[in-house]
Amino acid sequence: MVDIKTIKEGDILMMNIVGDVDASSSIELDTALQGAIDSKEEKILVDCSNLNYISSAGLGVFMSYIQDIKANDIKMVICGLNEKVHNVFEILGLHQLLTIKSTVTEAKEYLSEV
Amino acid sequence: MKYNRKVPCTKEQLKEIRGFVNNSLGQHGLSDVDISAMVLAIDEVCANLIIHSHHCNPKEHIEIIINVGLHDGVEFRIVDEGVGFDINEYDEPSIDDLIKSKRKGGIGLILVKKIMDDIDFIKIKNKNTCRLFKKIDIS
Repeated sequence: MVDIKTIKEGDILMMNIVGDVDASSSIELDTALQGAIDSKEEKILVDCSNLNYISSAGLGVFMSYIQDIKANDIKMVICGLNEKVHNVFEILGLHQLLTIKSTVTEAKEYLSEV
Repeated sequence: MKYNRKVPCTKEQLKEIRGFVNNSLGQHGLSDVDISAMVLAIDEVCANLIIHSHHCNPKEHIEIIINVGLHDGVEFRIVDEGVGFDINEYDEPSIDDLIKSKRKGGIGLILVKKIMDDIDFIKIKNKNTCRLFKKIDIS
């Protein structure tokens, strides 16, 4: 249902999410984000260009790390949301709580500036 | 136009349910964003029932009935048997509280209430019906 690949590009951990994140697959997103935080990554780029669908289970995972990200001074940016997925973030107001950029290029620029 | 689908209570069926809702609504000239919001709301209600009311038991089933064009909108009925869960009695947490508590669950029903215009819960003997209505122009 979902495939999450992480690779390191310089000082940025690139996390590429492919497929659907719903109640049956959100555990994989949880594991990937927890792993990134545990390994003390300082810059995380979550590329959602191939994220087809996200439900509250996936949004809940992102929300549950907001505190840890702040506490550990981690810079995390989410990018590449399609219109439907972006709408879900907006319905809950999460676009104001998380850093979201349109493209991978913009996300990298943001991370290089912080 | 009426559509219905009955599925076993497993989390793997959620993708099937989303496909069914998407395909049913896709035949009525609605925008992709409107369709995807309604797909999400139905996914949330079904996930809640499958996981919490039926404990992912594949021998139990839920039925989804979609009535497009009824009362100038779309009516969804999600029917199951058992204890039942009344969304309207669920006291949803605030987003701030969820972030502070690092809780991963609890926002699904907030989404449902934000997306749908009307939600009712009807229990007759052992049969529960969650009725959700979205007011929207149907071409």
